[in-house]
Amino acid sequence: MKLTGAEILCETLEHLGVKDIFGYPGGAILPVYDALGKSKLHHVLVRHEQGATHMADGYARASGGVGVAMATSGPGATNMVTGIATAMLDSSPVVCITGQVGSKLLGSDAFQEVDITGITMPITKHNVVVSRAEDIARTVREAFQIANSGRPGPVLVDITKDAQQASAEFDWGKCAPKLPAKRKRPSYDQAEFDRAIELLNSAKRPLILAGHGIMISGAMKAFSEFVHAGHFPVAMTLLGIGAFPANDPLNLGMMGMHGEAWVNHAIQEADLLIAVGMRFDDRVTGDLRTYAKSAKKIHIEIDRAEINKNVKVDAALVGDAREVLEQLNPHMEKKERPDWHARIKEMKGDSAVRDIQSLPDSGHLYAAHVINDLWKETNGEAIVVTDVGQHQMWEAQYYHHNKPRTLITSGGLGTMGFALPAAIGSKFAKPNADVWVVVGDGGFQMTMCELATIVQEKIKVNIAIINNGYLGMVRQWQEFFYDKRYVATPLVAPDFAALANSFGIRGERITARADVVPTIRAAREYKESVLIDFRVEQEDSVYPMVPAGASLHEMIRRPNNPLVETATEP
Amino acid sequence: MQTLVAYVENKPGVLNRVSSLARRLAINIDSLTVGPTENEEIARMTIVAHTDAKGAHRLEASLEKLVDVLLAENISERSLLERDLALIKVAADQQSRPHLMDLLKVFRGRVVDVAPDSLIVEVSGTVDKIDGLLEVLRPYGVLEMARTGRIAMTRGGDLLQPPASEVEPAAATKN
Repeated sequence: MKLTGAEILCETLEHLGVKDIFGYPGGAILPVYDALGKSKLHHVLVRHEQGATHMADGYARASGGVGVAMATSGPGATNMVTGIATAMLDSSPVVCITGQVGSKLLGSDAFQEVDITGITMPITKHNVVVSRAEDIARTVREAFQIANSGRPGPVLVDITKDAQQASAEFDWGKCAPKLPAKRKRPSYDQAEFDRAIELLNSAKRPLILAGHGIMISGAMKAFSEFVHAGHFPVAMTLLGIGAFPANDPLNLGMMGMHGEAWVNHAIQEADLLIAVGMRFDDRVTGDLRTYAKSAKKIHIEIDRAEINKNVKVDAALVGDAREVLEQLNPHMEKKERPDWHARIKEMKGDSAVRDIQSLPDSGHLYAAHVINDLWKETNGEAIVVTDVGQHQMWEAQYYHHNKPRTLITSGGLGTMGFALPAAIGSKFAKPNADVWVVVGDGGFQMTMCELATIVQEKIKVNIAIINNGYLGMVRQWQEFFYDKRYVATPLVAPDFAALANSFGIRGERITARADVVPTIRAAREYKESVLIDFRVEQEDSVYPMVPAGASLHEMIRRPNNPLVETATEP
Repeated sequence: MQTLVAYVENKPGVLNRVSSLARRLAINIDSLTVGPTENEEIARMTIVAHTDAKGAHRLEASLEKLVDVLLAENISERSLLERDLALIKVAADQQSRPHLMDLLKVFRGRVVDVAPDSLIVEVSGTVDKIDGLLEVLRPYGVLEMARTGRIAMTRGGDLLQPPASEVEPAAATKN
């Protein structure tokens, strides 16, 4: 069957199971848009190409499949850069398709020409220019395979306009991916495996560090068996949240810079750390020189380049988390470890019951109230998409996720403006899910143009703005480390409810604690999207906090205020 | 100094990906040579990098993550044969020429071009040997020099070959 390159692209995407594409048209991608109109693919018109990449990313994270973003050459492509880097740092399988000027014009500074493969080389897992129609199908199939295999990541395919317009034979059976034959390294040898087993079965104070890799490899079942066999306490990374139920008694909560105090203390006291699908990011280790000094370390990780990168480990099991755990499980001895669990319980103290709703109402509205109420009202079952900053940490602390892929957040790159578009993408991946955006007043203003996308697509995404009138996390750093000199952090915002109305979205403003639950309830029942502007305490901070570069146990603790201490000192 | 060998796809942009990766890891490349292999679709690189064993491990593991890199191996700790090739243009008049010829014999250098007031010397060997020759030529006046950078190979039966060119089975899509 003879088709144009543009038609081949659409056919290929349909064959690959793609239903929704997030994109923005322009000159160099117009042939593809013409073909899109005749295909079964649904195109979501975004308001900015950064939004397209975040939507594809949100789609990928909520579904586990590949998200697809599309843009034209030049500025369309460069607008994608932040979204691509976000997907790269969080190992998210996104395929970006960009139009490019005709192959004869390459390198001539033609109108809207930019070397997007050159620009995105360090922030993609792979990228490629296609300048012949007959190469499009195979290349796109390869892009999907690369994006969602091994450690996933974004792949960019840049297609010249003449390749979109030229005709070529299309035969699905004859365009299978032909990736270079790479050497397969043996994952680990028997001695390494035996050493890991020996460490696991002999540890007195073991602790699991559970990361995003568990979800990516679909290892939840094997992981749960592993945890319960060894009766291991589990600490979560931010992106790992959801991989192991928050309501499991063995789940201690989040570790790291804003992790629970007892979790960080447990890490520092452990004699064995078992890192599963996580990469010892500086935000979870603090000062490496004092990190878990008394612990041996086992690292289960698919990416060999992560082994011994930040933390030197005693046994490295390189491989897919699920496969490795399934191999380990039969060798696990049943343990109870009562002394260690008693010690952790002691560190946890009274704050184990962190029910902030039972505290006396001081009349102030705190972000934690809002998040905690949202958790209760949604039965902990919503897909919550957060932005970056204080609200992101409060969400991680006060919304308890029991299911994988229900917290979607930009961890590695920390991209403000991520939440709203990523939530739109998540909604397309899970149309029946209760999707909530939890976002600060700063980050929301970065990508709020996508409200129009919500309206145009007639989807329901509820938006909770945690509005404190500051770039809150930066203000918090200024409070702690810059002597309260609030430079460039006080933030003027529009009346968000009125703004929502102007888009045709219902908007609410909440200033009192008593109104939180009824408004959330009403928003859930309303058939269209609702934006709620929660005016919260302006100068609240996220506690505990490990200052950047400090040791993990050196946390700034919550001073006396109406909110509960997160933990008592051990 | 660490020595790595890599087999890569012989196509445009691959050298850029490799060198860009070293740049990102803040590893300075001392020399990088690329040449064809018996398979015209595959090229072999020898990378000599200013880094320690830990840096070399990161470079090796990160290189192997590139789709176009088929294999990367740090061979610094192995028994190696290393060669560098240099062309050296040295000033030579009638008086100095015989002395130069004697020196070159010791270093097994060859004269490949003779002009009235200069010679071009070709010499291959270890970096130390070429550096040694340069040292003794310097008083005569080294006018110009071109060096290839190192190529390296492990000795004996320690083979480093590109993987067989059959297509890797498609990785299963997760979830």
